[in-house]
Amino acid sequence: MSVNLEHYLIVGAVLFSVGLYLALAKRNFVAVLMGIELMFNAVNLTFVAFSRFVRSPNPLDGHVFVVFVITVAAAEAATALALAVLLYRVRDTINVDRIDLLKW
Amino acid sequence: MDDTGTVVAFYMLSALTIVSALGVVVVRNLIHAVVFLILSFVGVAGLYITLSADFVAVTQVLIYAGAVSVLILFAIVLTPTGDRGNQETFLRLPALLLALLVAFTLGYVAIDTDWAISDREGFQQTASTIGEALLDKYVLPFEIASVLLLVAMMGAIVLVRPDSAMEGE
Amino acid sequence: MIRLAEWYDFRDLGNTVGSLLDQIRDWGAPDWVPYVVSGLIGVVAILLWTVLSVLAFIWIERRVVGLMQNRIGPNRVGPNGLLQPVADALKLLFKEPITTREADRILFWLAPIVVFVPTIVVFAVIPFGERMVLADLNVGVLFLIAVGSLNTIAIFMAGWSSNNKYALIGAMRTIAMLISYELIQVLVLLAAVLFVGSMRLGDIVAWQAGYGVWLLFLQPLGLLGYIVSGAVEMNRSPTDIAEAESEIVAGYHTEYGGIKFGFFYQAEYLAGFAIAAVIVTLYMGGWTLWGVEDWVPGWLIFLAKLYGVFFIYIWSRGTLPRLRIDQLMAFAWKFLLPLSLVNVIIIGGEKLLWQEAELSSGEALPLFAVVNWAVAVVLIVGWAWVLGHQRPERVAHRAVLTQEVGAIHFGEPAPTV
Repeated sequence: MSVNLEHYLIVGAVLFSVGLYLALAKRNFVAVLMGIELMFNAVNLTFVAFSRFVRSPNPLDGHVFVVFVITVAAAEAATALALAVLLYRVRDTINVDRIDLLKW
Repeated sequence: MDDTGTVVAFYMLSALTIVSALGVVVVRNLIHAVVFLILSFVGVAGLYITLSADFVAVTQVLIYAGAVSVLILFAIVLTPTGDRGNQETFLRLPALLLALLVAFTLGYVAIDTDWAISDREGFQQTASTIGEALLDKYVLPFEIASVLLLVAMMGAIVLVRPDSAMEGE
Repeated sequence: MIRLAEWYDFRDLGNTVGSLLDQIRDWGAPDWVPYVVSGLIGVVAILLWTVLSVLAFIWIERRVVGLMQNRIGPNRVGPNGLLQPVADALKLLFKEPITTREADRILFWLAPIVVFVPTIVVFAVIPFGERMVLADLNVGVLFLIAVGSLNTIAIFMAGWSSNNKYALIGAMRTIAMLISYELIQVLVLLAAVLFVGSMRLGDIVAWQAGYGVWLLFLQPLGLLGYIVSGAVEMNRSPTDIAEAESEIVAGYHTEYGGIKFGFFYQAEYLAGFAIAAVIVTLYMGGWTLWGVEDWVPGWLIFLAKLYGVFFIYIWSRGTLPRLRIDQLMAFAWKFLLPLSLVNVIIIGGEKLLWQEAELSSGEALPLFAVVNWAVAVVLIVGWAWVLGHQRPERVAHRAVLTQEVGAIHFGEPAPTV
């Protein structure tokens, strides 16, 4: 029994799909953001798995990418949650079903 | 990666990660969902360790489990009459279908592709190499990332300042 | 350093464990058995040590604070009150576990357990002796910061699930405090790592032993920042605004009683020991003491230093009044943050100078020590002066607060009496 690249890629794929479902289907804005964070995590996991297993002259470049992704994800989380709070102040709800100003 | 410890650790950690990710979906209480999310983050950090990526694993715990989750908790607390039920919208079924489709596609690609596998051992230490790469080869993205963080911080502050919210109304 | 690797050489308990593991290997056990056994020994040893230390220090702290405050302290249970901690523990064990109405039961029960994890995990990377470390990670210092940041979640869980406004206020206060002081902690540890050139705690100890100088002498500003942010992280008076009794009952553990409260209580002590252990390892040479460690067991030196540092916290608890939250936040953002930024710049410049000018360590380190201490004193005094503390405040002859309740005096001249 051994663990290799495919195992990690499948874990990453499952994690990504769960995050995608959360981001698409949840009603609460914060839950949508949680889905997006899970997707970031899945992508990071895939990066690190590739950097561990795949032939490459600079194998640690994958880790550098992950560091950048984490940085951007942190910035994204801060801004998006500020948006959630602002949305709540203006519209009194963070239910994405009811944020439909552009519908008409 | 054949030794028993790594295999057992991999299966336990991926079970933890995926089950708690599913918990985020299933649980009908938003705070519990955040707790499951944190568990999932920690599980991913453990998976990084099985991949001998110690720096990334610790960064994951620091940023995701320690900072992003606290931000999410703050957002939940700051929206007091918001929906705490963690329900789905009417898009539930299409979203489920799409997610399953994506999962199967990605899984199929992962299994079917003939990856250029190397038989390299795990990394001995990663932090200093990452640091050198960040300040050498990737110095421009590094600087841009720092500017991005500054902009995000200022943007977040400007967005939630009370007086600017009043003007917006 | 020559080590006798016999099992009875208790100067380094790693010898004993090592020969035990060799014995297990000789019996023909598979590879993973010694691996698991060594981990178990480490974990059990650390747990035993922490529990015993906490029991001892509950008594010591109460007696010492009693002495400082001119009273006796516990003296009824057993000789000199020595059995008081045991009596307390038994009382907590037998109390009825009460859950508030409409509390979030799962999180309410989970929080005391979760609060334990980050504090106990810190000890895994601390070198107690030359080979007495459970996991000497490459990224040990970063691990300390990461684990420290997990505290917030447990505290939030406790505060949120109690269904009590004081608990929630306490939790939010704690999170605000921890996040502010985490920044300082990161900057301060960055300076230490920058100068030593390694994030592995074992390397930092070896560096200090090799050059025969503690980082405390080279980075006084860093030590100040870490002591203060550590005090905030362990949530004890004078920085215990998360559970300020006079303001918000008991903060996030208002609704906890019985053994669940006991868990929080013990986690507080453990956090104290963890912070003290980090200070000893990073700034005070860890288990080394300029050659004495060849004769005295390194782990005894380590424990002596650790208890000494912990005594500083007991001392400050016994003598300093509690700070208000705005004072503590202002101290973090206006005072410690600029100073630790300057500290990083100075330390980085010195490291560069040391390398580029090719100074010998005998020239460089004393120079840096003198310069850094001078800079630290000038910066602390000068920055306090800039922030508006031009005169030392006089001792108030009557209560000032009764005139202006709740006024914030930070950054403006103190009210004259």
